[in-house]
Amino acid sequence: MALNSRVPEGPIKDKWTTYKDKINLVNPANKRHIDIIVVGTGLAGGSAAATLAELGYNVKAFAYQDSPRRAHSIAAQGGINAAKNYQGDGDSTYRLFYDTVKGGDYRSREANVYRLAEVSANIIDQCVAQGVPFARDYGGLLDNRSFGGVLVSRTFYAKGQTGQQLLLGAYSAMNRQIARGKIEMFNRHEMLDVVKIDGKARGIIARNLVTGEIERHSAHAVVIASGGYGNVYYLSTNAMGSNATAAWKIHKKGAYFANPCFTQIHPTCIPRSGDYQSKLTLMSESLRNDGRIWVPKNIEDAKAVQQRKLKPTDIAEENRDYFLERRYPAFGNLVPRDVASRAAKERCDAGYGVNATGEAVFLDFASAIERYGKEQAKIHNIENASAEKIYDLGKKIVEAKYGNLFQMYEKIVDEDPYKTPMMIYPATHYTMGGIWVDYNLMTTVDGLYCIGEANFSDHGANRLGASALMQGLADGYFVLPYTIGDYLSHEIRTGKIPTDTKEFDEAEKEVKDRIDFFINNKGKHSVDHFHKKLGKIMWDKCGMSRNEKGLKEAMAEIKALREEFWKEVNVPGSANEMNPELEKAGRVADFLELGELFAKDALERNESCGGHFREESVELDGEQKGEAKRNDKDYAYVAAWEYKGEPADAVLHKEQLEFKDIELKQRSYK
Amino acid sequence: MNLTLKIWRQKDSNTKGQMVDYKVTDISEHMSFLEMMDVLNEQLINKGEEPVAFDHDCREGICGMCSMYINGEAHGPDRGVTTCQLHMRMFKDGDTITIEPFRAKAFPVIKDLVVDRSAFERIQQAGGYISVNTSGNTQDANSIPISKHAADEAMDAATCIGCGACVATCKNSSAMLFVGAKVSQYALLPQGQIEAADRVRNMVAQMDLEGFGNCTNTGACEIECPKGISLDNIARMNRELMKASLS
Repeated sequence: MALNSRVPEGPIKDKWTTYKDKINLVNPANKRHIDIIVVGTGLAGGSAAATLAELGYNVKAFAYQDSPRRAHSIAAQGGINAAKNYQGDGDSTYRLFYDTVKGGDYRSREANVYRLAEVSANIIDQCVAQGVPFARDYGGLLDNRSFGGVLVSRTFYAKGQTGQQLLLGAYSAMNRQIARGKIEMFNRHEMLDVVKIDGKARGIIARNLVTGEIERHSAHAVVIASGGYGNVYYLSTNAMGSNATAAWKIHKKGAYFANPCFTQIHPTCIPRSGDYQSKLTLMSESLRNDGRIWVPKNIEDAKAVQQRKLKPTDIAEENRDYFLERRYPAFGNLVPRDVASRAAKERCDAGYGVNATGEAVFLDFASAIERYGKEQAKIHNIENASAEKIYDLGKKIVEAKYGNLFQMYEKIVDEDPYKTPMMIYPATHYTMGGIWVDYNLMTTVDGLYCIGEANFSDHGANRLGASALMQGLADGYFVLPYTIGDYLSHEIRTGKIPTDTKEFDEAEKEVKDRIDFFINNKGKHSVDHFHKKLGKIMWDKCGMSRNEKGLKEAMAEIKALREEFWKEVNVPGSANEMNPELEKAGRVADFLELGELFAKDALERNESCGGHFREESVELDGEQKGEAKRNDKDYAYVAAWEYKGEPADAVLHKEQLEFKDIELKQRSYK
Repeated sequence: MNLTLKIWRQKDSNTKGQMVDYKVTDISEHMSFLEMMDVLNEQLINKGEEPVAFDHDCREGICGMCSMYINGEAHGPDRGVTTCQLHMRMFKDGDTITIEPFRAKAFPVIKDLVVDRSAFERIQQAGGYISVNTSGNTQDANSIPISKHAADEAMDAATCIGCGACVATCKNSSAMLFVGAKVSQYALLPQGQIEAADRVRNMVAQMDLEGFGNCTNTGACEIECPKGISLDNIARMNRELMKASLS
């Protein structure tokens, strides 16, 4: 099947407006007879469910957590971008569009990104109307901060928990519709398959995670908003339950999976401390505004630090290597995430890491504390302030800005980051790849939509900070509710979809067979045993730096691991009860397939772009020597994979990316 | 370190539960409490026994899913943290640790340490929102100036993660801190004024209907709250309710 992105004609500025003027609408009386299923209740799913219900459709929403409010969007710390230009610093829809396409290393679809920038301002209006308590200045107006990779202040925030506040906004809108009976909420339910009838998505099979009951739910359209697949690495900043099952199931039923190798490894996470580690914790990117990243300049010092024989504070200034400032003088510690992560890995691989395993670098606030302290001394007219006084004054400022993050760090690591530099290391954080969708956010299956992090998204090969929240809410509040109407306008005569059909029978049987297999298999190893092994393969061979040999090995190793999993997995308990191990087994089984497609996609894309770094594709000389080398001539496309049984047999479909409004350039942060 | 764990095991909501003893060995002080539970579960699975079911998700203290009552305290002995942020360095070698679910009449046990907190959902559905359409046709965000003080106070109330530690801690199983925080967030903002009276009346009525107890101002909830939600929010809710009854 040829990919049709369905991007409307006309100048980029008018596409969305003209499109909305011309689409088919469903009249209010008919909306009452149309059902929509939304899977996932994070920012994308929650906002979509609320808005669709408000429009008059009957919505059934599903979450694996015990409340929609707990979806992992809640963990986003830093903020949300919007082209409001409240600061009058030259921001505009075009600039946000440009920054997003450039930041994504020119691997996203122009028309979608422009639309995202266009509706971004609406999001802030909407959230304020809902009572989201964004930070304000003393005049009572909204405050902004700046994030990596851009030159304006367009990030709105609510302390260090913007994600929670935005999600609570969407959740409150959902609650209003639940109370009205327009959303039927299914908490502690997990979608285990999609049901297709005559080529159209017509429902899902879900498991009630409390009773174990397998349920059938029908609808005129199905929306997948189940988040990203970062947990394919086992260790990531995702929640423990974050999974790719909904996305992977629809892939197996005909939805193409795009750019799976585009994954974001976030530079500032707390390093792992041992084999028992279950997840990694992110420290907000905002820390890089004031923190300086370094490792010892001399290898002997590095070894001594690793063995805890030397304290970082005892290393003289001239013996420190501030490697981001050294390599990227223009952006320094604020280079985009992919660049910062790779630079840290390069130093650690060379032996300069600073914790016991050699997988950490310092993030140091000493100079920020001193700088703020001197500034405060001046403001308060303190002459000849002592070093201690300066430290105290400066510490107060740093505390006001990052106090909650410092406290979080101290709780986990048991070290005071005001006194000794933090240790950080990159960790998997976000997946830019995902289900391929057209301009309408519809997948390659009719009536099946995919929004938020679960789709292949507007972020190309690298996402900028504070843009995930923007995309999730844009898709759910402002884009999907329009585009889905055009499709549903053809469904007004369909009537209720029955669930006692052979298509539902077959899908349910498949789901039940798989569950029975897990329960009866009684193998030698727990689910986590396999998940950890998969994570190690992914991190070592499909991590921050990839090469042909490693990727081929990864494909073979994952396939072998998958075969072993199906022989040896051990799932205790029964199917008809709450059974967390059974839930995990299904998710890991899907990760074991997705991981192989991931490696295949990374192998096929023999260029370095954004978060995808191929060792074979680097600049060989000049100012950019050693930096990632993108190849627009051969790879300016979206790689959309069609399922053919085994992940290795997936068929590649290319959507060529055309850049009419932005000139393709090599990114430089030097 | 080596530890003895006394854990509440209960097959489902209809079966009677009991405390069961387990031993874990070689626990690192750097582990989180839930990682220690992972070690126990891996051990149980390999022995062919059923692992302990417990709620958890983000493991960074924000989703509000984890809910253990450890040594008689919601979220355990540390302050300002959820169970998932609690670390084993808070315990000593040889300790016996008692682990129970969040107990309250309105939070029935589903299995082992997992409880049903859907009562919180219904309270929010009763009025925990501002009735504004998500159409994108709202007024410009800066056309409603809000004093920094009010915005900050509303934010402090909004940091509640809905974990239910306040209920589990309260000797009356009162949900007043939770409901107070929700009511306060909207009461402090101009957007929330229009429906303020109905909101507080409906939410409090639903809270009572769910079987939560009353507040006797012991203040235990504030101390155990992982997000430090202040008792002021309960006072504000009572004030709002009084105002609503006079209007």
